[in-house]
Formats: sequence, structure tokens, C-alpha cells
Amino acid sequence: MSANEKEWPLWEVFIRSKQGLDHKHCGSLHAPDAKMAIRLARDVYTRRSEGVSIWVVPSNAITAADPSERESFVDPMADKIFRHPTFYELPDEVKHM
Amino acid sequence: MYTQMMDLPGQVSKGTATAEMSAEERAFQATVDAEGKIEPRDWMPEAYRKTLLRQISQHAHSEIVGMYPEGNWISRAPSLKRKAILIAKVQDEGGHGLYLYSAAETLGQSRDQMMAALNSGKAKYSSIFNYPTLSWSDVGAIGWLVDGAAIMNQIPLCRCSYGPYARAMIRVCKEESFHQRQGFDIMLTLARGTQKQKEMAQDALNRWWWPVLQMFGPPDKDSVHSGQSAAWKIKRVSNDDLRQKFIDATVPQAELLGLTIPDPKLAWDPERGHYDIGEIDWEEFRRVVNGDGPLNRERLATRVEAYEEGQWVRDAAVAYAEKQRTRTHKEAA
Repeated sequence: MSANEKEWPLWEVFIRSKQGLDHKHCGSLHAPDAKMAIRLARDVYTRRSEGVSIWVVPSNAITAADPSERESFVDPMADKIFRHPTFYELPDEVKHM
Repeated sequence: MYTQMMDLPGQVSKGTATAEMSAEERAFQATVDAEGKIEPRDWMPEAYRKTLLRQISQHAHSEIVGMYPEGNWISRAPSLKRKAILIAKVQDEGGHGLYLYSAAETLGQSRDQMMAALNSGKAKYSSIFNYPTLSWSDVGAIGWLVDGAAIMNQIPLCRCSYGPYARAMIRVCKEESFHQRQGFDIMLTLARGTQKQKEMAQDALNRWWWPVLQMFGPPDKDSVHSGQSAAWKIKRVSNDDLRQKFIDATVPQAELLGLTIPDPKLAWDPERGHYDIGEIDWEEFRRVVNGDGPLNRERLATRVEAYEEGQWVRDAAVAYAEKQRTRTHKEAA
């Protein structure tokens, strides 16, 4: 294989399994363009009717949070337990709230 | 299994004692110990990355080369129904290869690099695909035995510590059980057919049984890196344990088919609660893994030919995509 061969770009594939649900990331594949990426995604990821709709996104268009910053970036959210309804104790007389 | 040559000497570095670990490595190992998952951008030891990359790419190569033995029978399938099923099955194997290549790519090697490694003969794939499919009954035996063995191996891999590999394995396992059943269905039809058909089924079992047992890799006592792989939760069940599980599950199925396992020493051991078997020919295993099986050269040549003959299609697709892009830019301007 020669070095000047062009590798097909990488695409991330998102599938909506049925109407009413979110598209969910299910994997990636190589394709020369968006149209081919959709066709190949159909063959690779929905051979058993796993989806009714497919999105493809060029992998290099995705910006992700840095996993090494998890501690300062995500963990502080765990402090705020008062955001959850179970934080509040209600008198038994209040049956539904 | 599909990555059996991982267990041969000189493949992987030794494990590290906790005291010698860096802070990062200790955090990594703690996550793995707690059954947490490692994702592509998380810190990981270089040896973990290398081991996984080698294992997942070998697994992917096995899926790809695994299309050839059965692919040979698509045009010769005995009925339209069998042909449609076989095409779907072979297409699945190609799909499994793609899931696995994608998972391997997250570890930092490009698809082209992996393809080049396979086509040059540098990368390995499972020894089982270097055996010929001489009759239609071989297609049944492959589904029943080879895919059956693969399922045994792949189910524990669904819990592998590396997220992308585990997710690929879950998808593969969901699809694989159809493969085994369609194979058993072929065997059942032959076994219940004419005397000649029954002989075909027995002949396939005779030829595939021992190579299938070799798929699980060398015995635990000769398996060089199982300890480290187990600590990393890449390999969760040992070669011998998986092999035993497969034998115990398969012997009653052969009885149901009315076929004889080609091992005079095969016997139920009531004390162990397992079947005992005769000696596996590990010399044959080493020969086939190292490139000298019945069809190693032919498989590789077929693979290289397919790659080279498809080059113009890949080039044309890229040229077309580029042309479309230029056109869109011009229209925008």
C-alpha cells in the first residue's frame, strides 16, 4: 500500500431506533462523502431494522470535553443534591407532590 | 480464539506490581478493578493500549478472512433459502469486522495501517479459517462449531474493560446466535436425510472438531500472558475453561444429531462434572498459526486480490466526493 493513498474520512453514526426516541451514537465508519456514509451506515448498523433514521457527522467536527478535567468540570455537579426531589422530606399528610 | 496467537511467547510485556505503578496507573487499575470502563481518551498504560490494539485488530481480521471459507459456497448453496441465509450470514461477518476495526481505531491506528498489516501477512487471524470447506456440510459445521466456539469466547468479552471493544462485542453477540443456529439447522437436515447426507455431516464433524478445539488457544499452562490480561479485565475466562465449556455444551448436541465426535478418548467424568478429551495436536496449531496451514497462502492471496481489485472503486469514490465539494464551493461563490 502506498503512502499517498487517500483514506476515506471517518464518520460518527447516530441512529433513531424508532419515532419518538432520540438519535443515539452507535459507532463509526469510513466513507468518501456524507451520502455514502448514510448508505454504508444503513448496511453496517441497521441490518436488523435497528433504526428508522440515521445521522452521520464527520468525526473531526466533534469537540469533546477533556476526560482529564473530569474532576473540576463534572464532579462539582454531584455536590448539589438539593437539585433532586428526594432531598426534601415531606410530612406524610402531603400524599403526592 | 479469534486472537489465539496473542497467547504465544514474546507477545506482550509483563504486568507491573502495584508498588511500581505511577499515580495514573494506580487510578487506571482502580477503575478496572471496580469493573469500570476505560474509554478512548482516558489515560491507559502503553502496554494495555498495545495489547488491545493487537487483540481487537486480530479479531477484526478474523471476521474478514472468516468470510472466505463460507463465501465459497454462496454460489453453490443447495436452495434459494440457504443461499439467502448464507449471504446474510457472510454479510454479518463483514459487519463484525467493521465494528471491530472501528473499536481498534480508537486506540490510535488507522484503518489503512491495519489493512496493510493484514495484507502483508504481518498481522494474524484465527487459525480456523485456514482450513478448506470441501462440501456443503462444512457450511453447517462452521456455523454450529466455529460460531459456537466464537460465542463462548465473545460473551465474556462483552464485559471487557475497554468500552469500545465491549460495545462492539455486545452487538456481535446479538447477531452471532443466528449464525450458530443456521449451522445447526443445516447439520440437522443432513443428519436426518439420506445415508449419504448423514455421511457428509459426519465427515464435516470429523474434519472440523480438532481445529475448532484449537481455536481456544494454547493450554493455560503454556499461555504466556493470561495473568496480565486477566488483571486488565481484557481476558476474563481462561483458554482451557472456555474450551471445556464448549465441549460440555457441544457433545450432547452431537448426540442429538446422531453424529460421533472423532475422539475415542472422549468420556464423561462424573467426578469433575465435565467431559475428558484426548490429546490436542498443538504442533498442528503452531504450524497453522505460523502460516503453514492448508490454506494460509490462498486466503491471503484472495484478500490481497480483493483489496487491489477494489482500489479503483475507492479512488473513484474519493474523486467523486472531491468533485462534488468543488462544485458546491463554486455555486456558493
